[in-house]
Amino acid sequence: MPFSLLKYGLNKDYPFEKHADLPAPCELKPSYDVVIVGAGGHGVATAYYLAKYHGITNVAVLEKGYLGGGNTARNTAVIRSNYLTNEGVKFYSESVKLFQQLSNEFDFNIMYSERGQLTLAHTDAAVRGFRQRAEINKHFGGRTELIDPQQIKELVPCLNMNPADMPILAGLWHMDGATARHDAVAWGYAKGATQRGVELHQLTEVTDIDVENGKVVGVKTNRGNIKCGCVVQAIAGHSSLLAAKAGFKLPISTFPLQAMVTQPVKPFLNPLVSSPSLHCYVQQTSRGELVFGGGSDPYPLYNSRSTLDLKESLLANAVELFPFMANMRLMRQWAGLTDMTSDYSPIMGLSPVDNYYLDAGWGTWGFKSTPIVGQTMAQLVASGGQVPDLIKPFAMDRFDSFAQVNEMGATAASH
Amino acid sequence: MKILTCPLNGPRNISEFVYGGEVKDMPDPNTCSDKAWADYVFYHDNLIQIVKEWWLHAPSGYWFIAERHTASDEIIKTYDPSEIYNTRIEFSTQQEERA
Repeated sequence: MPFSLLKYGLNKDYPFEKHADLPAPCELKPSYDVVIVGAGGHGVATAYYLAKYHGITNVAVLEKGYLGGGNTARNTAVIRSNYLTNEGVKFYSESVKLFQQLSNEFDFNIMYSERGQLTLAHTDAAVRGFRQRAEINKHFGGRTELIDPQQIKELVPCLNMNPADMPILAGLWHMDGATARHDAVAWGYAKGATQRGVELHQLTEVTDIDVENGKVVGVKTNRGNIKCGCVVQAIAGHSSLLAAKAGFKLPISTFPLQAMVTQPVKPFLNPLVSSPSLHCYVQQTSRGELVFGGGSDPYPLYNSRSTLDLKESLLANAVELFPFMANMRLMRQWAGLTDMTSDYSPIMGLSPVDNYYLDAGWGTWGFKSTPIVGQTMAQLVASGGQVPDLIKPFAMDRFDSFAQVNEMGATAASH
Repeated sequence: MKILTCPLNGPRNISEFVYGGEVKDMPDPNTCSDKAWADYVFYHDNLIQIVKEWWLHAPSGYWFIAERHTASDEIIKTYDPSEIYNTRIEFSTQQEERA
């Protein structure tokens, strides 16, 4: 062993102080201007933009587990903006634009890979829906086209054009569709935020929310109580549980969503392929593994267990799309918790409690919105509760006024 | 295979059943406020606890109530809805009065 390596190994400063991406853990301060609950992508992105654009650095991000260890690490890392409503497309398009330059911004490779996303139509109704989505996307500057079976064959030569006796009639070809390394997104934001003075406290669970006269004044944690000017809740998968501690209900039901990957094989599948009618989506990672995801489980549950039933039904359809996959071996399986709203859009903005801001209801569309959520939530916090126009349609009270933003028709695998 | 015991048909594969939402008291749609109706339709407790839920045995079209833990997925018991809903609720009368 080279002596220099041994010297490094015995040096007390190495590797922690000088080379660590994140500062060493510290004690909680008695009070912060902003407390962000949840150090997933959304939470640390909000902290990052608060520090970068608004100069607000007296911020604590509290995380009961570890950085990016929840649904940030469990999603299938799809980035796209081919949604259905004006409000949705505008919002997700901004996110795609931010993702495109995120590696440069962090000076850290998030492995953003623009492969294009292909959604398949097996019915006339789906073709009509795709036409609408293509036009709305183009209107807001996205690159999306309706393509015919011949073009689909050219894009994905190995695709079975008659899966499960439901012939593929057309495809929605979304050229902006991409994938990225989800962990790297959380790490990049966390590093940038902590370098600017934000405190990240892992293994710090919020056990209660202190509300006085309808206004949040502090949070209780397993490491002590802290006062705060405002709270941002960004804990996808457990939103209703924290909201209950703050004293209100959310229009959310929580379902597990199961996903899995196969052994790695040579690259053969460039675009991300999804079929809403067959309830599944397939993509090949840069390591060669195939990722399969589907709809959420059929009933609510706070448990990331895997079931054979879902494996069988999901993979049966995936094998219909790519019959030669039938003999491949699954390597890993996991599940994440999806906070589903009834209109398949998020809940962002104000809550019934003053100075308590919501970033919830992220169902199956959370990862792709990470950068724009960070920017808009930071604006909301910095302005003391002025909701940015981009996220006004996603206010929780849209359910009280029956003004939902219906994105059910734009899911990659219908639920 | 997860088994759910139907009060009518006995133990069955859970894939035969359809989840129907939390059991909650319905406000009178003719007299309640929009907010109360939105609460009933959209807002849920969604907590980790034993909940009462509506389930449908799809092949026989039979609705019943199950008590289930939302983290362990343990089904505590299942029973016919008549155990809770044993009186007739008249909404139509009030509508006629209003008209």
